[in-house]
Amino acid sequence: MRPRTLAEQILSHAAGREVSAGELVVVEPDVVMAHDSLTPSIVEIMRTELGVEHVFDPSRVALVIDHVAPAATTGTANAQNLVRRFAAEEGIRLFDVGRGICHQVLVEEGLARPGRLVVGSDSHSTSYGAVAAFGTGMGSTDVALALATGRTWLRVPETIRVHVTGRFRPGVDAKDLALKIGRELTISGANYCAVEYHGLEWLDLPGRQTLASMAVEVGAKAGIVPPSGEVAERFDVPEWLSVDAEAPASRDVVVDLDDLDPQVALPHAVDRVVDLRHVAGTPVDVVFLGTCTNGRYEDLRAAASLLRGRRVATGVRLLVTPASSRELQRAMADGTAASLVEAGAILGPPGCGPCMGRHMGTLGDGDVCLSTGNRNFRGRMGSPEARIYLASPRVAAATALTGRITHPQEVVS
Amino acid sequence: MTSRIWKFGDDVDTDQIVPGRYAPYMRPGEDVGQFAFVEARPDFASDARPGDVIVAGRNFGCGSSREYAVDALRRRRVGAIVARGFARIFFRNAVNLGVPLFVSDEIPAAVEDGAAVALDLERGALTSGDAVYRLPPMPDFVADIVHAGGIVAYVRAHGRFPGVSDGVLK
Repeated sequence: MRPRTLAEQILSHAAGREVSAGELVVVEPDVVMAHDSLTPSIVEIMRTELGVEHVFDPSRVALVIDHVAPAATTGTANAQNLVRRFAAEEGIRLFDVGRGICHQVLVEEGLARPGRLVVGSDSHSTSYGAVAAFGTGMGSTDVALALATGRTWLRVPETIRVHVTGRFRPGVDAKDLALKIGRELTISGANYCAVEYHGLEWLDLPGRQTLASMAVEVGAKAGIVPPSGEVAERFDVPEWLSVDAEAPASRDVVVDLDDLDPQVALPHAVDRVVDLRHVAGTPVDVVFLGTCTNGRYEDLRAAASLLRGRRVATGVRLLVTPASSRELQRAMADGTAASLVEAGAILGPPGCGPCMGRHMGTLGDGDVCLSTGNRNFRGRMGSPEARIYLASPRVAAATALTGRITHPQEVVS
Repeated sequence: MTSRIWKFGDDVDTDQIVPGRYAPYMRPGEDVGQFAFVEARPDFASDARPGDVIVAGRNFGCGSSREYAVDALRRRRVGAIVARGFARIFFRNAVNLGVPLFVSDEIPAAVEDGAAVALDLERGALTSGDAVYRLPPMPDFVADIVHAGGIVAYVRAHGRFPGVSDGVLK
């Protein structure tokens, strides 16, 4: 048996036979996830177009209300009630308003775990790679078919290996690494491929989630961090899942953390990344700390370490939306949330928040936002005349303090 | 009226094709087709006609998995999308909804925005200006789905996904 990449191993398990990069295969997802934004269309396709009344196995389905949570309009409220009815009728686990973002919740609930194939109605489903699952996003029809049949089809991807050396310097974290990878691979550099991240046995789970959430931003089908370190300690790892150094990679990329400064993605592309010093001093109107990429307790704590006892700059709105109710409670338990609020943060309910420009901080014409999210396409968060910069939680906190894009080490007291 | 070409560059993302604010979830009961490129290219939203052809650069459709980005183009009855490359989720969604897609370096380099175009999918030809360009044949898997009218139609007709022998519909 020839050496296999992690993607090949997981898809082989899901296909019930050995599969190789380049093959078109039918696979059985371990979990199918849908969120409030698309579940109504998915139900319609499944029941009305496919003529299938019930999901294949409710125990392998998860529904999450996170995209517009709580509902912003009568329309979204009615759609969410449809999701609730569907969940109840089918006996599907529903994670309702306030529980948090789908990608965070599925990891917390152990639905995403090492070796699983998780299909989600959201492109950032690559996030599940943080726990060495193969997580991939699909559209409504694909998800409806998966719910109806318990199967989907995939082309087994080639793998690009990212080899990371060194450790984060002060003020630098996994978000900077993710942006750097985007800079190296570009927005389409991993199209149709899986990305494997190596040299990160020491990286904690939140950092892995940040990385894996951004795999889709280089076009990847999946972004997998090998089961090691904290993940191997906290989760059961199937004996058939392990890195084989002999497995072929279509490309190898090396990133040295010893040389890594804070990174910023410029409007309006996620791979338009520069060292922060090139945009230091840019005035901002809004700072957004949150999303599946950077809404965890560790991200809030990093920001609070800079904001504690200080105040957000006049004229800056600091929006904070935790990735889940658990992360919010962790932040409340040790004063992290209090520090942020006392500094002037506007604390929102766990969920996607303003990330997609639908509610809770939509941007207007000319607004400049420094966001810890994963996308800055023109019009993403509101007006197409707004400008979005992407950066880490520490950069977000430093920027909120000064009102201009700022290196975190400049505000460390 | 003849059909025309709508030409775009590289990395056209799904927030351009249909911004999230215009999703069916946010605007129930409204035809999402009217919102195709509504902010990124308003003249497309107002003037695109059935049969028009989108020609684009690399990585067309990158970003979100939102199928309504494809659905908007399908509702506008875009004749085909010819691009130097497609982002993977958009590609899947378009195939699933039966929208003809073609990967070509030649056509995006040669044709002009606004030019008249004639599409002959049977013969695999696109005519614009004085030239006839070959549309590369779709892979069998893709062709089977598109010719059936989309994956739902295929699966209903055959009881399985294309290219595999075991049935999936009960």
